[in-house]
Amino acid sequence: MSKPEIPPPYTAVTRHAVFPTPSHDEAARFNFLANFNKYMAAALGPGNKLAYDKRVLPAFVKEHGREPKDRFEIRHAMNKDPWHRYWSALKRNSMEMRQQNGRSMVLRQLDELDAKARQYNEGRDTLRLDPSVQVPRYQAAIDIHCMPGSYHGEERPGDVSAGANYDCGIFATTGGGLGALTDGGGQALVEWIKKERPGWAPRRILDLGSTIGHNIVPLALAFPDTEVIAIDTAAPSLRYGHARAQALGATNLKFIQMNAEDMAEFADESFDWVQTTMYLHELSGSALPRIIGEAVRVLAPGGLMLHLEQPQYSDAMPLYEQFIRDWDAFNNNEPFWSSMHALDLKGIMAEKGLQRDCQFVTGVTAVVDESVFPKQAQGEGEDHGRAASWHAYGAWKPAA
Amino acid sequence: MSEEIDWIARAGAKAKGKRPAYFEDPAIDRTLSILMALVGEVSVLRERMDTIERLLDAKGSISRADIDTYEPDRAAGHERGMLTREYIARVMRGVQQDMEALEELDTPSVEELSKTIRDM
Repeated sequence: MSKPEIPPPYTAVTRHAVFPTPSHDEAARFNFLANFNKYMAAALGPGNKLAYDKRVLPAFVKEHGREPKDRFEIRHAMNKDPWHRYWSALKRNSMEMRQQNGRSMVLRQLDELDAKARQYNEGRDTLRLDPSVQVPRYQAAIDIHCMPGSYHGEERPGDVSAGANYDCGIFATTGGGLGALTDGGGQALVEWIKKERPGWAPRRILDLGSTIGHNIVPLALAFPDTEVIAIDTAAPSLRYGHARAQALGATNLKFIQMNAEDMAEFADESFDWVQTTMYLHELSGSALPRIIGEAVRVLAPGGLMLHLEQPQYSDAMPLYEQFIRDWDAFNNNEPFWSSMHALDLKGIMAEKGLQRDCQFVTGVTAVVDESVFPKQAQGEGEDHGRAASWHAYGAWKPAA
Repeated sequence: MSEEIDWIARAGAKAKGKRPAYFEDPAIDRTLSILMALVGEVSVLRERMDTIERLLDAKGSISRADIDTYEPDRAAGHERGMLTREYIARVMRGVQQDMEALEELDTPSVEELSKTIRDM
């Protein structure tokens, strides 16, 4: 067994000007969780496959006279297996602990954090909140990834607690795999586009469901003359994200509270690049195609549509892998994860106007400072659903 | 310090959504949550001790502020990561050995084995 990477210490995380200040013990809590999550994936993760191969599958075949026909049958069978149950219970606890640990650090210093955010937010036209924007019903139904209050919760009106908690704990969940500013996804997009279209400078970029903007800030910094707009429905995340972006110098990035299902404010064909990162799996089955439709409408001819996600399930993906990739759906409050990953994304994009011959799928791996932050394991020891490696589902809209 | 809210109580707010039951007896789910919180806190204490020891090594005497502002360099960060990994491996030994036992499901109990090998 090869030795797993040791995550960097939490003190290696960049403390931008609105980042919560960790005490010694708060940093140590995240160090424990980062290491624990690595251990759960690398050392104990393979036990799930063992339990399946040695115990669950033979028992299923004996009972039914056939192998499981889909990932759901595997899940129901695995949920009766004592080893998988215990592993799942431990992992669920680590997700809950991450939230408690992050919230206790953030809420302890919420007065200071709100004051810092106000310094960057007040009087700037790069943040536009709209109280008439409702939290979508499908978002309000459950707190996504066991995050109390989800992206939109407030401990008091106008606070930044949700955004700050989200930002400070991604390190623990991913074992540091997303880098010092948890922006390895955004950095990867910058690297990818510079190779794919050297010299291209989009005039306007639109990021949908940006939350705290951690993946759009690298693009805004890489294209300083580009007008970049990030939208989301969650005001507390936008307040924090805007202050964070300003603190990092991304002054060409504007945050607007808006539901991507209706972007009537934006003219047809008015953006050269429309994109999402790890967003589509948090959309309901009816919102997703509507949002893709709106995204295609506002995309200019010759422009780029790009969606970063964990890989879609296909007939080529073994059912066991589909099952283990589904863990978050049922154990970490990701209600759309399972059905979204089985969608025919290419078909939806084609139906909304981006024909298959202009589409592409490519692999993208987080770009981080590898002298400090680890590359994440893929394959057997992978932390499925959290690996810092994605598929980009994209299309170049044909020039008119 | 936050003035208006009970941050300790609010830190532990429950996420909306039904929690899966992992065990037949809900008390096992609850006890595991307490146990894992303790496992985490012991790790925190160990790391704090390590910080104090390193600061004492380097400076001879220290203040509380020294502890909270301590940032390990790359070598120390790695050593502390190894310490945490080793600690986790020790605490999780039972689960890990249950996993290894999945490789030998047909292995007889020691009582059965002793009968088989008695006259070898």
